[in-house]
Amino acid sequence: MHPKLKTIWFFDQMINKMNTSTKNKFVLSLFLIAFSIFSNSFRAQDSLHEVVSEETAVEKSHTDAAKSENEHGAEDKVDITAVAFEHILDSHSWHLWGEHENAVSIPLPVILKTNGGLVVFSSSEFHHDVHGTVVVEKNGERFVNFEEKIYYASESPNEHGQYLNIEHNDKNEAEISNGTPLDFSITKNVASMFISVLIIVLLFSSIAKAYKTTGVTSAPKGKQSFFEPLIVFVRDDIAKNNIGSKSNKFVPYLLTLFFFILINNILGMLPFGANLTGNIAFTLVLSVITLIVTNVNGNGQYWHHLFMPPAPKWLYPILIPIELVGILTKPFALMIRLFANITAGHIIIISLVGLIFIFKSLAVSPISVAFALFIDVLECLVAFLQAYIFTMLTALFIGSAVADHHEEHAHDDDEKHLAKSH
Amino acid sequence: MTGSIAAIGAGLAVIGAGIGIGQIGGHAMDAIARQPEAQSKIQTTMIIAAALVEGVALFGVVVALLK
Repeated sequence: MHPKLKTIWFFDQMINKMNTSTKNKFVLSLFLIAFSIFSNSFRAQDSLHEVVSEETAVEKSHTDAAKSENEHGAEDKVDITAVAFEHILDSHSWHLWGEHENAVSIPLPVILKTNGGLVVFSSSEFHHDVHGTVVVEKNGERFVNFEEKIYYASESPNEHGQYLNIEHNDKNEAEISNGTPLDFSITKNVASMFISVLIIVLLFSSIAKAYKTTGVTSAPKGKQSFFEPLIVFVRDDIAKNNIGSKSNKFVPYLLTLFFFILINNILGMLPFGANLTGNIAFTLVLSVITLIVTNVNGNGQYWHHLFMPPAPKWLYPILIPIELVGILTKPFALMIRLFANITAGHIIIISLVGLIFIFKSLAVSPISVAFALFIDVLECLVAFLQAYIFTMLTALFIGSAVADHHEEHAHDDDEKHLAKSH
Repeated sequence: MTGSIAAIGAGLAVIGAGIGIGQIGGHAMDAIARQPEAQSKIQTTMIIAAALVEGVALFGVVVALLK
């Protein structure tokens, strides 16, 4: 046997020998080990890079220059906008608490595809720097992290200690002329997605196993009792109601969609959670899959309706482009809806908590905490609602693509009637 | 005061959503009062419609964010 296959076979045997709970623990610990391979430090960065302290003493960064000028009067004023964006955007390390040099974060692997091949290193080598002042040298290539984007470092630093060529165009927007390697890093969002995939696989394989052993007719137990109503809800209320007789084929996709979005929404609500469903790339991929599923399964009538809509011929030059754009706008709306709902919720919560730091008064905190709690509860509803809406609209689009339109004939009759009367 | 125009835009978008969701909620109340037995069906369609309106409003908010 091939040595690689042998190891896989060995792991397989090992997993098979364990009972379910130890198996779960085993898989979890494997995941944690994979995590910690790159995280050579899970601690506060005590030995701060020289350049960082120098740089923070002078000025944060080029783009922050204007901001810090505004804040010159109030030195310790908190910039809530920056904090909010830090929370909703992706990053190369999983930040837990603390600011700048005292930050505690889980380092994640940075994987870059450069001209010289793959480069892998831990994000802790940037020493929490996001202003392009810390250079990481690997395989003879030098990288800097500027606002969570990795650039090739310049030869020498500019006046702010950044190894970047920043130029201002006529609109006073900073333009960075440094090249960028292809970034395949396991970022915070990717790590969060791995966790959610792991949860989904463990959860649903154990539920599926329960159905296999006890049968579908006996009463559900434990996790089963919580998830059975949700599964039945997706199958009956979402799939069957919107797609009709051909719904069974699409139930697996809809179930995956529903629980993937739901669990990621809920993980995003937890403290330290990543804002995965509020990431436009994530929602883009989901909506593109919906676009593909809808159009691949579109029947003759669906395409007929697109290219020969039931309308007078002279309207076709207007109607056909509209119908074609309509194919794309539906998934586009799905993408924006999920992204905007989740992101807006996160911004509102962080802004409400931020009120305490803006007013710097104890009196504000009860109000702000109460409102934040209210929005938090509302977000729990939104987590379910958005998963439901996304799945429901996907089912609706699929339904319109696979259904036998009976209205079509009614349209034709109308047309004939119109033609007769003229 | 940079970004204030964007804030006005976001505010206008929220007004639109407020009117829309208010209409949906109000009419759903009317409908439930007339036919209490159809409450669950009305509720689901109400929530879907509200989410759709909210989605359009959030387009506005996103554009305001991007400014």
